Amino acid sequence: MIMAILVMAGIGLMLGIVLGWAEVRFRVAEDPLVEKIDKILPQTQCGQCGFPGCRPYAEAIAKHEADINLCPPGGEHGVRQLADLLGVEFKPLGAGKEPKPKSVAVIDENTCIGCTLCIQACPVDAIIGASKQMHTIVANACTGCELCLAPCPVDCIHMEVIHESVGNWKWRYPVFPIHEEAKAA
Amino acid sequence: MTQPIFSFPGGLHPADHKAESNTAAIVPAPLSARYRVPMRQHAGNPAKPLVLPGEHVLKGQAIGCLDGRISATVHAPTSGRVVGVESYPIPHPSGLTDRCVVIESDGRDEAVPASRLDWRNLAPEAVCEELEDMGLVGLGGAVFPSHIKLEPAAGIETLIINGAECEPWITCDDRLMRERAGEIMAGVEIARHLLGAREVLVGIEDNKPEAIAAMRAACAGTGAKVVVVPTKYPSGGAKQLIELLTGLEIPAGKLSTDIGIQVFNVATSYALWRAAELGEALVSRVVTVTGHVARPGNYEVRVGTPIEELLQLAGGELPGATGQLVGGPLMGFDLEDTRAPVTKGVNCIIVTSDALFPPRPRAMPCIRCGQCALACPVRLQPYEMYLYAKAKDLDKAKAYNLADCIECGCCSYVCPSHIPLVDYYRFAKSELLARGREQRAAETARERHEFRSFRLEREKQEKAERLGKKAGERLEAGAVAADDPEAARKKALLEAAIERAKKAKEAAPPPANTDHLSAAQQAEVDAIEARRAQAGTEQTVADKT
Repeated sequence: MIMAILVMAGIGLMLGIVLGWAEVRFRVAEDPLVEKIDKILPQTQCGQCGFPGCRPYAEAIAKHEADINLCPPGGEHGVRQLADLLGVEFKPLGAGKEPKPKSVAVIDENTCIGCTLCIQACPVDAIIGASKQMHTIVANACTGCELCLAPCPVDCIHMEVIHESVGNWKWRYPVFPIHEEAKAA
Repeated sequence: MTQPIFSFPGGLHPADHKAESNTAAIVPAPLSARYRVPMRQHAGNPAKPLVLPGEHVLKGQAIGCLDGRISATVHAPTSGRVVGVESYPIPHPSGLTDRCVVIESDGRDEAVPASRLDWRNLAPEAVCEELEDMGLVGLGGAVFPSHIKLEPAAGIETLIINGAECEPWITCDDRLMRERAGEIMAGVEIARHLLGAREVLVGIEDNKPEAIAAMRAACAGTGAKVVVVPTKYPSGGAKQLIELLTGLEIPAGKLSTDIGIQVFNVATSYALWRAAELGEALVSRVVTVTGHVARPGNYEVRVGTPIEELLQLAGGELPGATGQLVGGPLMGFDLEDTRAPVTKGVNCIIVTSDALFPPRPRAMPCIRCGQCALACPVRLQPYEMYLYAKAKDLDKAKAYNLADCIECGCCSYVCPSHIPLVDYYRFAKSELLARGREQRAAETARERHEFRSFRLEREKQEKAERLGKKAGERLEAGAVAADDPEAARKKALLEAAIERAKKAKEAAPPPANTDHLSAAQQAEVDAIEARRAQAGTEQTVADKT
C-alpha cells in the first residue's frame, strides 16, 4: 500500500518536474493566436478598425476586446476566415465599413510643397521625398490606407482606383440565362 | 532500334478539320499601312516602350525592352514612323485594351543591319544574352520567353521538339514542317548545343504524313529522331508529349527541366534559327486562318497586323459568320474586336458559324457520370473540382489539384450535361492567383510596416543618445572650467571688471553737456540766450499756445 502510494507520488513528482522544465524551456514568447490573426488581416495598416495598425487589432481580437467585423479592406472573405479561425459566428461588416475598391495614393507633384508630413504618416514607408523636395509615392508599396490624405496641407494627394487591366484581370464566374425566353423577349 | 511510344490517360478524338487549311503553301502577308505592336505578347512582365511618337524605326529595331527577368524584347515589324504609344484592344480573353506602339509603315521595309551569331564558338551564356534581344518566345501558345528556357541548365538530357499540333483546325506548324524542315532542324541543333542535350526527339502526330516525311529527311544524319505519335488530343500539350515520348510524368508543382527534359515548339525552333543564323528578331509568325472564310490557309504575318486585315487576306468572312476564335476550338477564346493586332501568341484565327460551331446547349446539372474523369489527361477529378469551384470553395478545389489542370477542355467536350467545366476552373484558378498576389502584397506591407516601426524606435533611441551625449558634454565643460586655474583667473577678472563698472556708474551720474565749458563756448551760449530773450516774448507766447 505505502509502496504504491510512493510509486504514484514519485511518478507524479517526476512528471511535474519534466512539465515544469518544459514550461520554462519551450516558452512561447508571444500569443500564437495573434500571429495567426495577423496573417489573415490585409496589412494595409489603415487604422479603419480603430486600432493603430493591423497587429494591435489582431491583439485586441485575441483578447476578445474587438469584434471581427471591423476591417473593411479585408472584406467579407477576411471576416469569414477570422470566424473560421476563432470558431465564432460570421458577422457582416459593420455599418460604415463597406470595403472600397482597391486604390493607390497619387501625389500631384506640381502642387507638393515638400513638407514631409505625408512621409511621417505613411505606415509602410511608401512615400519618397525630403524636406522642401518633391515627394512621390511608390505605387507598388502603397496599401491604399489613405492615411496620407489628411496631413497634406495643400491637399495634393488623391486616391486613384486600380482599374482592371490585362495584368490583373480575372476570369469571370460562369453565368447563364436561366430562362431562354427572357433573352428572346 | 525503334523509339518506344508510351501513352497518357484520357484524351479525345475530335474531328480534326486540318484539311481545310493544310493544302496551300504559306502565303507571306503584304505590308500593312499601320502596325500596332502590343508590349505584352509574352508570359511575364510587359516590355517597356523604348520609342516616342515621331521617331523613325527600322524593321527589327527594339521598340520595347525587358522589364524584369521574365519578359521579352519587342521589335518593330517594319520600318516607319512611330505615331503613338497608346491603349488598344489586344487579342486576350478579357477583351481589354493594353499598351501598343503604333507604327506607320513607310513602305520601304528597311531592316536594321543583321549579323550572324557565332553560336558554336561563343559561350552558351553569351549566346543566351544575345538571344535575349531577339524577342524569342514559345510560339506554341504559352509564349514563355525562350532565352530563359535556353539558359544552360545542368542535367538536360532530352530535348523534345513539339510538332504534334493536336488541336483541331490549326495547321501552321504542319505547313512550317513541310516547307521549312531544314531550318527547323538547324534551329533545333542550336538549342541542343546550348542545352547540351544528349537526345533529340521530334514528336509529330500521325495525321501529318507529309510533315513527318519532311522532318525525317531533315533529321537524317543529325542524330535527332522523329517519333510518330497517334493522333489524340491533347498530345501536343508539353506534359502529355513528354509522357508520350519518354513515359515520364512530371510531378505536380515541378518543371520538365527538373527531370532533365526541355520542350520547344517547331515554330520556336524556326524562329531560333532565324535569330541566330540570320540575326533577325522575331517579328513575324505563321498564322492559320480557317473556318468560315473564303480562302482558309496559312499566312506569314508580321506581329502588329490587324486581325481584320488578315481575315481580308483569307478572302473575308463568309455570310453567316458569327465571330472569331483565337487559338483552337478547345483552348481558344472569343475575339472581342477584330481591330486587335496579331501577336506572337496568336497561332490560329477561326471564323465561327452556327453550322461549324453550333451554340452550346444549356448546361444541365452534373449527374456525376464520371465521363470527365475518364477524359482528363492529367488524372484529375473534374466533377469534384467543378462542384467546389462552383461553390467558390477555392481551398477545396485546390486540394483536388486544380493547379495541375492544363485547361485542355476535354472534360467540357465530353460532358453530357454540357457544363462549361473549364470556365469554372479558369475562374477558380484566377481567383487563387489573385489571392496569392494579395497575400504577397500583405506580406510585403507587413515587413515594411515592421521595419518602419523598428526604424522609428531606432531613430528615437539615437536622438535620446545624442541629446544625452550633448548634455553630458556641457556638464563636463563646466567641470573642466572649475579645475583649470587659467580659466578661473579669467573668470575672476571678468567679474571684477563688471563689478567696477557697476560701482563707477553708481558713484558719478553722467555729466551734463553744459558743465565744463570753455570761455568761447560760454560766450556763444550767452549770445544765443540774449537773442532768444530779445525775439522772445512772441516766441515764448507761440511756444506756450
